[in-house]
Amino acid sequence: MENLLEIKNLHATIDGKEILKGINLTIKAGEVHAIMGPNGSGKSTLSNVLVGHPAYTVTEGEIIYKGKNLLELSPEDRSHEGLFLSFQYPVEIPGVSITNFMRAAINAKREYLGQEPMNATEFLKMMREKRAMVNLDSKLANRSVNEGFSGGEKKRNEIFQMAMLEPTLSILDETDSGLDIDALRIVAEGVNKLKREDTSSIVITHYQRLLDYIKPDIVHILYKGKIVKTAGPELVMELEERGYDWIKNEN
Amino acid sequence: MNCGEEYIELFEKNRELIDKPCTRKLNDEREKAFISFKAQGFPGIKDENWLHTNVAKKFATDYGMDLARKANTNEVRNSFTCDVPNLKTFKGYIVNDSFVAADNGGKQLPQGVFIGSINSFAESHAELIDRYYNTLAQKGDSVVQFNTSFTQECIVLYIPKNTVIEETIQIVAFLQTNVDILTNRRMLVIMEENSSASLLLCDHSSTDKKSLSTEVTEIFMGGGASLDLYELEETTDSNTRLGNLFVKQEHDSRFNHCNITLTNGFTRNYVEVVLDGEGAETNINGLAIGDKHQHIDNRTLVDHRKGHCTSNELYKYILDEDSTGVFAGKMLIRTDAQQTVSQQTNRNLCLTSCAHMYAQPQLEIYADDVKCSHGSTVGQLDESALFYMQQRGIPADEARHLLMYAFAGEVTDNIKLEALRERLHILVEKRFRGELNHCKRCNLCK
Repeated sequence: MENLLEIKNLHATIDGKEILKGINLTIKAGEVHAIMGPNGSGKSTLSNVLVGHPAYTVTEGEIIYKGKNLLELSPEDRSHEGLFLSFQYPVEIPGVSITNFMRAAINAKREYLGQEPMNATEFLKMMREKRAMVNLDSKLANRSVNEGFSGGEKKRNEIFQMAMLEPTLSILDETDSGLDIDALRIVAEGVNKLKREDTSSIVITHYQRLLDYIKPDIVHILYKGKIVKTAGPELVMELEERGYDWIKNEN
Repeated sequence: MNCGEEYIELFEKNRELIDKPCTRKLNDEREKAFISFKAQGFPGIKDENWLHTNVAKKFATDYGMDLARKANTNEVRNSFTCDVPNLKTFKGYIVNDSFVAADNGGKQLPQGVFIGSINSFAESHAELIDRYYNTLAQKGDSVVQFNTSFTQECIVLYIPKNTVIEETIQIVAFLQTNVDILTNRRMLVIMEENSSASLLLCDHSSTDKKSLSTEVTEIFMGGGASLDLYELEETTDSNTRLGNLFVKQEHDSRFNHCNITLTNGFTRNYVEVVLDGEGAETNINGLAIGDKHQHIDNRTLVDHRKGHCTSNELYKYILDEDSTGVFAGKMLIRTDAQQTVSQQTNRNLCLTSCAHMYAQPQLEIYADDVKCSHGSTVGQLDESALFYMQQRGIPADEARHLLMYAFAGEVTDNIKLEALRERLHILVEKRFRGELNHCKRCNLCK
């Protein structure tokens, strides 16, 4: 299998403070990777660096995505190249309806790929289909993005957007946080339905429960800005039983 | 300091010429107003109401004034259109400061309605002019007194009792001049009981010459009357606009005002609404978009004099480059205004570190059983929202536009006339894209 993403010796800082201290990670097309680790270990920093958040500075290392130097691409071009982040805290955008927001996103991507803008009928049909996939209330589609949404609705809206944009590599940053068990199941089912042979995911989580639904191929433990352990799905069970202390003690 | 000596001299030398085309009431009020203006001169920046708006300086230009009423208004009839697609309007024009009736294709306003010059209205309705003209504006500041001193024309819109005008009345103001020009525009709206209308005033005073216009509009609304007033300024850098709107509402009347400064040079709008009867409702909204060195000052007073009235106010500014915004909004709830519900919101975006916003929300309450709130914020575009949009593939500039557009939308969404609302959405979007005569380099116009 081809390497979709290669992260080599990645160091990154925010406000001058080093958070990532030499990450090495390779993801092949079709793989689901789980990244676990205690609070403050750098999980969210890694996802933010991948999508090009301007607050973070990469000080060393490289990221090769689809054979391209990812760090040279703007956040929007990374998106067009199939990188998607489901935000831990989805942002509310008052006054911008989900419909307009998605239309702008889809058409920007099509323009990047040299395609004609989608016509209104086609677009609305696609909205309807993808909404059904994640049980997103049709009323929400006319509302402003995330404004006044419950925690569950916000996360479902993230997966809805993921369905619309059909990413090659999706990063789910604590998508399970703030979800009750039913919402978790709906979100996870949505993610599973979107899974294709050539698409990959990075699932960032603290807990086992999301990984009961989204089965990872490989599990990494991130601690103090480094990946300290990589193993198969059995590592999830071990963490659930033993907690993170043994990891902390070993490092 | 500019005390207006040259204008005082001009007035005194040309008194006969100024008076000549005018009806008696205009000249009577002129007399009093001039005395008041002469005593005060132009407001200085030490005057708290003009703290951030140096208006005296604007009068220092050697403008021409068409006191002999020589403007050729015939040619321009119908040569200028400000069509809002899909909105049928009954039109009239203001060329410099003269009213020009438009060819409305044989359309008639309902019986008894009058729109036209006060000088002809006086022939049939002198008593109405005596009763209303300059009664609200007479206590206005020295710029208002200046207008009353020099005004030779006043557009009257008179709507008799129980008359409903379905079609929007649109008045388009523009300039025709080859010299720097000062105009004094004046309007008087008399709405009797239970009458209803919507009025769209488009200010297109643009020319490559310097121009200054003082404007005074007085609106009287009888019991149960209803008016939607839309004001849209689309002028240029070289224009100064000094607007003054006085509204008096009787019981159960409803006034909706939407005041949009889309492009301008130097603007100061004063809006005063007096709620003088129980059950009256007023909604005043404003949107100001500035870049370069534009200056936009909106000052409002909502005066609750009687009980059980409602007022809502929303003013929003989007300021780019070196533009300046001033908002001073006062809600005055007098002792008798029990059960008042009043709300004022002012939100401002400064897109650069050089843009300045001065906000002064004021609440003065003398009644004890009221529900009032006000709030004012100044900030930048939400960086986290911008990044969120970029992550979804929306290019940074477009994301910025969407956020600005959404910010402005809160005001334009309040416009009831669908065709006008749609048109304004497009105009605001074009404004942000730099397609409305403005610069190409600022954030606003990118």
